[in-house]
Amino acid sequence: MTLEQIEITTEELRHLVSSRAIEGETILLNMGPQHPSTHGVLRLLLELDGEIVVNCIPDIGFLHTGIEKNMEAKSYEKVEVMTDRLDYLNTMGNNLAYCLAVEKLVDLDVPERAQAIRVIFAELQRIASHFVWLATHLLDLGAMSVFFYAFNQRERIFDLMEMAGGQRMMTTYFRPGGLWRDVPAGWEEGVRELIDDLPRHFEKYEALISKNPIFLDRTKNIGVLSAKDALAWGVTGSTLRGSGVNYDLRKAEPYSGYERYDFDVPLASEGDVYARYWVRMKELYQSVRIIRQALDTLPGGPFRSNNRKFVPPPRSELGESMEAVIHHFKLWTEGFPAPKNSVYLPVESPRGELGVLLEGDGGPKPYRCHWRTPSFVNLQILPKISKGCYVADLVAIIGSIDIVLGDTDR
Amino acid sequence: MNPALEPILADLEKQFGASRSEFRDQAKLLLGPEHIVAAATALRDRHGFEMLAGLSAVDYWPQRAPRFHTVYQFKSLAKNLRLEVRVPLDGDDPELESITSVFPNADWHERELWDMFGLRIQNHPDLRRILMPADWTGHPLRKDYPLGYEEVQFSFNFEEIEQRKPRPKD
Repeated sequence: MTLEQIEITTEELRHLVSSRAIEGETILLNMGPQHPSTHGVLRLLLELDGEIVVNCIPDIGFLHTGIEKNMEAKSYEKVEVMTDRLDYLNTMGNNLAYCLAVEKLVDLDVPERAQAIRVIFAELQRIASHFVWLATHLLDLGAMSVFFYAFNQRERIFDLMEMAGGQRMMTTYFRPGGLWRDVPAGWEEGVRELIDDLPRHFEKYEALISKNPIFLDRTKNIGVLSAKDALAWGVTGSTLRGSGVNYDLRKAEPYSGYERYDFDVPLASEGDVYARYWVRMKELYQSVRIIRQALDTLPGGPFRSNNRKFVPPPRSELGESMEAVIHHFKLWTEGFPAPKNSVYLPVESPRGELGVLLEGDGGPKPYRCHWRTPSFVNLQILPKISKGCYVADLVAIIGSIDIVLGDTDR
Repeated sequence: MNPALEPILADLEKQFGASRSEFRDQAKLLLGPEHIVAAATALRDRHGFEMLAGLSAVDYWPQRAPRFHTVYQFKSLAKNLRLEVRVPLDGDDPELESITSVFPNADWHERELWDMFGLRIQNHPDLRRILMPADWTGHPLRKDYPLGYEEVQFSFNFEEIEQRKPRPKD
């Protein structure tokens, strides 16, 4: 096969572009995959009439790593390491989704302390992820300073993660049945200091952006997504809430004890880029609220389940107990078996509904592990809401959907 | 299982001859492939499932009937319900009707099914590969597709493994 045959031709795309493109009235232009405003390696094939987008055809898969296939060849404990690599801005959230799915599949209990620490980390991760979204979104629109401000604060969250899990980004800190280890001394004070300080920074960003006339011009009434379309296209997360639909899995199907915390779900009804921006900014404050409550009521006790069939025994027991040695050996050589059935577990990631379909076959490896990732589904509406906008606005729309290509391509 | 699901399941069982099962409080419905479009329409219009939350498949190779299960996750926001519908498909080269006319976001999901499992989706508006390169041969998430490493060939199975080795088309 020659290179010409591999390249996608106008002929193959005839059903996707307008007849004017075939006649040569409009031009076809590649945007990406190496384009800084596509947030990774997203390729968009644009049909342009002057500067106006007639059709937008997303081409994904440049970051496809075959993680779902690889997961079928690893034991349940080892699979978790790969979950960090899916949505690399939401590593703790991916760990959480996976651990909850495994726990549901094998019916494993999680102590309350572990649940509370999981919530704190998931919310810290949400703030860190929203910081990256804010920074890159604003950078796309030509505002550079917010990038430096947000990334500075994001670093403080990573310090707390490093403190607990030893890693800044690829944490694998949550484990089926609880946590890898308990949080160290000084961590609680560190989190408290951070959340006392963060709202001041959120207010600073809002003061810089929210009423900025250039920003308003670039975002108001751009990329409008109606609630009806959003539901039909399965859009979730802040993008859906920006269209006025009150759907947050932390409220609708609470997990990890989210029902114990008092927080609001910010909603905006306009459905444009600004509404999505506004919803995410308000979510930052709510995350801080959840973290504060979880920290105030942080229970003591064990940080992981005592069910030795699934959770390894503490190191200190290995020298004293024969059972501990046996359990340790069985878990690290063979892994634990899961029943021959499947569960679907959705959690609210910073981008929307992150669902794990986990199927066991009675052995120690997942038979099938499908990731229903929010970026994959949310990106599908891009052609719909970008029709008729300017190329420059397309950049704003991509930023406002908040996609992560590692999440899209898996 | 949520008791609000009971009448919905009963209705689908009666209308489409579906059968239900339950695991860890999650309801699953097994449905013939010929009914999927009608069932999706009924779920959306009559039972308030506004959203197709997820769509994927499982390969049960070497089992032949059914070889695949297509797994649909429907979500009702108004009633806060979730329902998993599984559609069994027989044989190595199965066909399945597209539900893009009912839920438009099935578009990319079904392209992924074709790309990863080789399910031939009928009446799909744009059935191309989505994640793998356009010139790829084989469907990676099938269980008879080897996992990256090279399978060791012995004299008794040399030919057999040679035939199923993945390679680009040229």
